[in-house]
Amino acid sequence: MTNPAPILELRGVNKSFGAVHVLRGVDFNAYPGQVSALVGDNGAGKSTLIKGVAGIHSFDSGEYLFEGTPANVHAPRQANALGIEVVYQDLALCDNLDVVHNMFLGREEKAGLILDEITMERRAKETLAGLSVRTLKSVRQQVSSLSGGQRQTVAIARAVLWNSKLVILDEPTAALGVAQTEQVLKLVRRLADNGLAVILISHNMNDVFQVADNIACLYLGMMAAQVHTKDVTHGQVVELITSGRSGDLGVQPEILSNGAVA
Amino acid sequence: MSATQVTDVDIPEAGDTGGIGQALRDYFVRVKGGEVGSLPAVAGLIVLIALFSVLQGTTFFTALNFANLINQGTAVIVLAMGLVFVLLLGEIDLSAGFAAGTAAAVLAVGLTKYGLPWPVALIACLLTGTVIGLLLGLLVAKLGIPSFVVTLAAFLGLQGVMLLIIGEGGTIGIQSDFLLAIMNRNMPVWAGWLLWALVILGYAGVTFRAIRARKAAGLSGSSASVWAAKVVSLAILLGIAVYLLNGQRQIVRAGKQACVVMGPPNEPVGCIPTLQGVPWAVLVVLLLLVGLTFVLSRTSFGRHVYAVGGNTEAARRAGIKVSSIKITCFMICSTMAAVAGVLLASRDNSVSPTTGGAQTLLFAVGAAVIGGTSLFGGRGRVIDAIIGGLVVAVIANGLPLITSQSGIQYVVTGGVLLVAASVDALSRRRSSASGR
Ligand SMILES: Nc1ncnc2c1ncn2[C@@H]1O[C@H](COP(=O)(O)OP(=O)(O)O)[C@@H](O)[C@H]1O
Ligand SMILES: [Mg+2]
Repeated sequence: MTNPAPILELRGVNKSFGAVHVLRGVDFNAYPGQVSALVGDNGAGKSTLIKGVAGIHSFDSGEYLFEGTPANVHAPRQANALGIEVVYQDLALCDNLDVVHNMFLGREEKAGLILDEITMERRAKETLAGLSVRTLKSVRQQVSSLSGGQRQTVAIARAVLWNSKLVILDEPTAALGVAQTEQVLKLVRRLADNGLAVILISHNMNDVFQVADNIACLYLGMMAAQVHTKDVTHGQVVELITSGRSGDLGVQPEILSNGAVA
Repeated sequence: MSATQVTDVDIPEAGDTGGIGQALRDYFVRVKGGEVGSLPAVAGLIVLIALFSVLQGTTFFTALNFANLINQGTAVIVLAMGLVFVLLLGEIDLSAGFAAGTAAAVLAVGLTKYGLPWPVALIACLLTGTVIGLLLGLLVAKLGIPSFVVTLAAFLGLQGVMLLIIGEGGTIGIQSDFLLAIMNRNMPVWAGWLLWALVILGYAGVTFRAIRARKAAGLSGSSASVWAAKVVSLAILLGIAVYLLNGQRQIVRAGKQACVVMGPPNEPVGCIPTLQGVPWAVLVVLLLLVGLTFVLSRTSFGRHVYAVGGNTEAARRAGIKVSSIKITCFMICSTMAAVAGVLLASRDNSVSPTTGGAQTLLFAVGAAVIGGTSLFGGRGRVIDAIIGGLVVAVIANGLPLITSQSGIQYVVTGGVLLVAASVDALSRRRSSASGR
């Protein structure tokens, strides 16, 4: 299987917080129409990598290419302008607002001074329909009345509302039960099938193997490997996560020892 | 993303077809889910009015007393309208009462000491409120001091500023016929009915257009029968109010008759001036209600106020400038306090160091909360201030008619506020429990 041209390409990015060198020369690609899983132990640097992509902080060094051209992303707005949307683990929804209001929060459609509720409601419905979401009773429901899976759905729908090209999901199923996890994974798959590039951060190997086209393993801030899902087994990925290498995959031992000591 | 699948996806709407019955059922579901809104306040209002009418029918349920009630309640209602903006953020403004007093002092001093024309003095008064709000908002939003502390400090500080402006112990009379008329004069009877008609037509027109626009866009909206029921009930309720206010409030003793006179000199013998009509203050409240409701429910600023109150972090991540929203809300609140200050000055014909003091602020906070605005932020409407303000005014007005002990009045008002806060806390718990 050959990959399409990556929409996002990170080459040798570094990030330190004070004396702590969190990301060490990380290479990472995301492809349109594919789900790229980002896995790694706690503290491996997954969130740091994602925040760099989203412009919450900038990388210290390395290349950031979007659609093949170097991109300047130092603020969330710049990332949004490129078509990058992030669904954070805590979802960041306003319980007191309804589904439509949440989806358009901060980017409301207006007719002159006045909120254009009709356009917003129609676009929200179209987006949900495009994702084949059938579980919402009404888009005018307050978010406080939704289940965990429905909330996740709303957060994802909000991310794709903006003709986004790359959607990043931070542990979308962590707080969900079996049925709702299944629902959300289907939705994640559908995003990619609709042509979006998806980055899925997850701890759950079952989720990863169910939806991901490729898997990127971070180990102590280094990219151990980014491989096609069908080329690896559960066991190999777990090994990559826990020890940074598995057979001929992963970080070379001498780099590993240097990295671990430095 | 293709929009072609729209038709095969079924997202049914609540409240879409079945007329009034369905609308009532939907409303019941929402109430059960914790969105009680103004329901307890409206119920309370009806119960209180019924209670006082039974206990003190002859005095309580009269045109005169109804006008008194409005006269007593207006300033508190306007203060509460401003407080709604701050409460929506989950913040509080304890200084609003003395912001009203300080602004009123500026008005009085401007009129008397500096001999300013009333429009200039009025603008200075309102700007005083705006500046107070700006300072409060900056301290809360930029320095991150809890609003409770900032406004408690301002509560004390403004009391001092007010004394300094007025001069110790002084009372300054208001000499402006226009400003005095706001709380002391009434519209002609015909103007009251004209206002009534305009309000009903305006409400009916705006809501009808909204429903039709939704239908035209293929979205579900409330049905025509629900719309008609709402318009008719509003017309009846307001009609009763206008009818009562248009009634003769002057007590005409035997042997005398009421007649219209413009001034004392030409008062004929055996004739006392009529006292009837909707107080002009009602028009002020109405205009503020429409304007502020528009801001809160139809503009993105209003939407952002709710978002900040509901989930500040989510609002920030959505690109909303949280601190400027907060500052603006404090400015609106204190400016509305200044308007309340004008009303207080107009009602009392003067400004004194007690203007805006005593229970004014607590009644206003109580009014907003009783009306259904949450102390936790994110939930509330401008009209809550009116509904809650009427409850507070009815208690303040009705209790003295049945008991001479002012202690009882405090206890009852405090109790009602506590009940309202409990309803608020419980409905909040319920709405977070009904999710997930
Ligand atoms: N703002 C920060 N300041 C200092 N250290 C940080 C900061 N953010 C993350 N780190 C450190 O970077 C490392 C990687 O964190 P993170 O990216 O959150 O890992 P993951 O998401 O993979 O669990 C951790 O050791 C963490 O303590
Ligand atoms: Mg993390």
